[in-house]
Amino acid sequence: MTTDTYRRSAADDHPANASPEYKSTATRSPTRPPVVLPQSLSEITGPLLSTERLGALENDLTRQRMSAPLGERIIVQGRVLDENGKPVPEALVEIWQCNASGRYHHPGDQHDAPLDPNFYGGGRARADGDGRYKFITIKPGAYPWKNHHNAWRPAHIHFSLFGPAFATRLITQMYFPNDPLLAIDPIYNSVPEGARARLQASFDIDLTQPEWALGYRFDIVLRGRNATPME
Amino acid sequence: MPSVTPSQTIGPFYFGTIINGYRHDLAPPGVPGERIDVVLILHDVQGAIVPDGLLEIWQANSAGRYNHPDDRRNLPLDPGFEGFGRASTDTSGCSHFSTVKPGRVPWPTGGLQAPHINISIFARGVLNRLATRLYFDGDPANGEDPVLNLVEPARRATLIARRDGSGVWRLPIHLGGANETVFFDC
Ligand SMILES: [Fe+2]
Repeated sequence: MTTDTYRRSAADDHPANASPEYKSTATRSPTRPPVVLPQSLSEITGPLLSTERLGALENDLTRQRMSAPLGERIIVQGRVLDENGKPVPEALVEIWQCNASGRYHHPGDQHDAPLDPNFYGGGRARADGDGRYKFITIKPGAYPWKNHHNAWRPAHIHFSLFGPAFATRLITQMYFPNDPLLAIDPIYNSVPEGARARLQASFDIDLTQPEWALGYRFDIVLRGRNATPME
Repeated sequence: MPSVTPSQTIGPFYFGTIINGYRHDLAPPGVPGERIDVVLILHDVQGAIVPDGLLEIWQANSAGRYNHPDDRRNLPLDPGFEGFGRASTDTSGCSHFSTVKPGRVPWPTGGLQAPHINISIFARGVLNRLATRLYFDGDPANGEDPVLNLVEPARRATLIARRDGSGVWRLPIHLGGANETVFFDC
């Protein structure tokens, strides 16, 4: 019997695939249980994207266009860790978000809110050797999304991470504390109750830069390795 | 110890640098191996195509070596070949990749796996990444593949790409319904 290299998540860590309040899951979720796969080289390796060269301004979404975007400038900073509390060094972090008015720079977004020619909304950062990453952006707006009558997404930033293996791949969303829409958002609430708060950034006065931008801290935790098995 | 960050849907509006990071063509000229074109076609539980998904692939090179420090075998790596691909689905539900056919990689308890490509699926309405595999129809190693043998025989075909008339390997992926693809908890 071999031991898994990466820990398996508990049922109360992640949303159920079928989450009826989030309507799109009705036609897009498998109903059969997944086949449990022993972790082979195919699962414990994965793209490190270490040759991907990032431009100097890719982590600053306020300086990618001609001038500064409208909205409340914020700093989003944190660490990429694993479940053992160890940093995930050099992790590639991708984000995307709507502008301060709640509109994405995306042809599919038909929300009647203005585009901001100075805000694109995509960014990338490479974590340092201690897993630390940092973005400068503007606070995204709430937006309506037609899931149900008067449905509004709470302000959020989408995050995409690879981690060290195919098994550690994660796409998630970061939310802001004290947002009244969190309590009624089906996507946020698809996460089991005890795990939801992990998706909220925390306001951090120490990350806040005087006369310039509020700071939010968001640590991301990827699957960790089990203790090395005896072989 | 910190608890794992929960998954959320990619949503319908993923874009930005994530789009600049698209990689359809995994194998620049000079990378050894059998050149293959792969088309993955994403369907919802009712069979309708999914035009707003994002598919990623991860594979070994033609020698069966993963470009990763945890693959410590003494096999060649190919300059320019990482083994990662990413492509959104188009209006016909298809993601196209050009690559080389992967070699065989070992299984933890011994033996070799049949050539396969690992696949991650993201879409609006998909709250957790879905993981599956692509195998190649007619490959003589399929019969002894330990993963295919974990799957009930009637469902194995959902993992096996077939060659169309122009030689392109095509694999329909069904998020549900009668032909629901086998997804893996790995
Ligand atoms: Fe969003």
